[in-house]
Amino acid sequence: MSTGSPSILRSFSPAYTEDVAQQRALLAEIDTSCRGTLLLFFGAAVVWLLIGTVFGLTASLKLHWPNFLADTAWLTFGRVRPAHLNAVAFGFASNAALAVSLWLLCRLCRVPLMHAWVANIAGVAWNLGVAIGIAGILAGDSTGIEWLEIPGYASPLLFVSYALIAIWGVITFRFRRERRLYVSQWYLLAALFCFPWLYSVAQILLILEPVRGVVQAAVNWWFGHNVLGLWFTPIGIAAIYYFIPKVLGVPVYKYSLSLIGFWSLALFYNWNGMHHLVGGPLPAWLITVSIVASVMMTIPVVTVGLNHHFTMWGHFHKLKHSPVLRFMVFGGMSYTVTSLHGVLLSLRSVSEVTHFTHSTVAHAHTGMYAFFTMVMFGAIYYIVPRITQLAWPSARLIRIHFWASALGILLYIVPLAIGGTLQGMAMINPDVPFLAPDKYSVVTMTLPYLKVRSVSGFIILVGHLAFATSFVWIVARWLKAARHRQASPTTSHV
Amino acid sequence: MNYAPLVFLGVFLTLASSWVGLVLAPQLQLGRQQEVKVEETSEVYPPVRPGLAQRGMEVYKANGCIYCHSQQVRPPGFGADIERNWGQRRTVARDYLHDKPVMLGTMRTGPDLTNIGVRQTSIQWHLQHLYDPQITSKGSIMPPFRFLFEKRKIGAKPSPDALALPREFAPEPGYEIVPKPEAKALVQYLLSLKANVPLPEAE
Repeated sequence: MSTGSPSILRSFSPAYTEDVAQQRALLAEIDTSCRGTLLLFFGAAVVWLLIGTVFGLTASLKLHWPNFLADTAWLTFGRVRPAHLNAVAFGFASNAALAVSLWLLCRLCRVPLMHAWVANIAGVAWNLGVAIGIAGILAGDSTGIEWLEIPGYASPLLFVSYALIAIWGVITFRFRRERRLYVSQWYLLAALFCFPWLYSVAQILLILEPVRGVVQAAVNWWFGHNVLGLWFTPIGIAAIYYFIPKVLGVPVYKYSLSLIGFWSLALFYNWNGMHHLVGGPLPAWLITVSIVASVMMTIPVVTVGLNHHFTMWGHFHKLKHSPVLRFMVFGGMSYTVTSLHGVLLSLRSVSEVTHFTHSTVAHAHTGMYAFFTMVMFGAIYYIVPRITQLAWPSARLIRIHFWASALGILLYIVPLAIGGTLQGMAMINPDVPFLAPDKYSVVTMTLPYLKVRSVSGFIILVGHLAFATSFVWIVARWLKAARHRQASPTTSHV
Repeated sequence: MNYAPLVFLGVFLTLASSWVGLVLAPQLQLGRQQEVKVEETSEVYPPVRPGLAQRGMEVYKANGCIYCHSQQVRPPGFGADIERNWGQRRTVARDYLHDKPVMLGTMRTGPDLTNIGVRQTSIQWHLQHLYDPQITSKGSIMPPFRFLFEKRKIGAKPSPDALALPREFAPEPGYEIVPKPEAKALVQYLLSLKANVPLPEAE
């Protein structure tokens, strides 16, 4: 380490010039080594994104149009909704997260992806597992446990392929040429390490050898909330920590803030899950502990938010020209919003109103979509041109994608959070009937908000179609160029 | 922070702490809970579900009823569960001893079902409601579960199982609607949902 190798923080600086050519060559080598694997994962992510969006939109329509596709068992609301969740969480988001993690690790460790075929096999197995799992849910084989609906015959496939990729990440890390760790790497290592643990505990205690009674609910939400907090969130934050400074060409605002942010997240997030059970049949201490931990989440959220905000300070005008930055900053701001909203929702007095309502659904989509998915979009827009060495074919498609996703999700979240809160206020007021066709009732008052949600679903679908078109287009160009290179080997270049 | 082992160890310890607190501790506190004898009837509570109701639980699970219906009654003064007649008392851990999986639910697009077997005891009502919720609950946004029923040509004489339907929901003349075994099992499960035995810890 006394070789004078530059810190990665410094190497983000545009003023840093040592051996630019050599650096570029190394980065190109790394990017090329990742290409096949990343295109496999990203391609699968795009397919799952479209499938998941169509499922989501179908479920949304069914909530205010109960006769829509009602006579087919596998399309009933209670099957389409978990199919949506699993397609977007384990299909889209996890594929994107794994690909972005592998690429970030290779880049930050300064090593090419080794023996990519192992990661490729794991990728195929993962997607096979998700496909079998979702087919199983639609066929009526769901386990009936939220976030773990994928039936027992598909989950081992998921576990094994995931473990393989996590081991791959650790091996890449072991052979790193850059000894200094960058903050993104802490988050990535934490995420890769936590998921197999969470998933295996949940599988064993809920599906293979279920624990007794409501202890299942505790395990369920320990897993369910940690999938968000220790799998998706760290990877989203890792990506923001990498891409915002990278695109801007400036270092992260404060290293010490990143330290506080990371360790307070590690310390508090994993204790949050029981706030899903406020008022439920579990010991009060258990729920109180989770509420306290949820409130403590303010610390990592505010530190990370400030760190990103001050890194951006003075550079906001660049949002106009960089789509990557636009997606990243939208995601980063949503992270702050969704987390502080989550703190609020965990409080007993607020939860009394909002628990069991659409407000929770709005919150979940702020986290998984407005934060995580937008960050993944930004990362994909950055990475794919580098691994294919081609530019995105159409700036207009990217613009359509950004605005459809951004406005679509705002139209989703804001009305539904308000509608859900009003629904909760009606629900805890015994004078309001639960269902009355012609007057204000808990069921009928939600209808306008549910309809707006379906409209937002259409808008988001348009954005995703634009994204998928871009992706297919750039891959097609790359394939064409690859064929061309093969045909005339004399003109080959790196 | 350049030591990868430090990151690993730290993350291991923090996650282990919540595993101990949120998984192991509830298991130690509640994992060995037992049934109780009800004084007046000398029956055991909670009872084990009979086979048909257990099969109905599978139908409930397969069709994702949990995504709109909770099975938990919150304590008096916290929400209006008691006032809405969703239960006489709050539910406690013991109520769920035999549930695999426990389907507490997180959403109330529809009403809570902890005590639906107390509130609605009519099999006919449940079958009509499942066939098309508009028959019994006009304005409901619950989907119809017509795929749990069969439309049959009436044979020599009508089936004893045939559903009595109001005119606008009835099939064309000469046909009848008969519940499939799944529908019958599901209704038995719904009728088995009762958490009305008083328990000392629920007071």
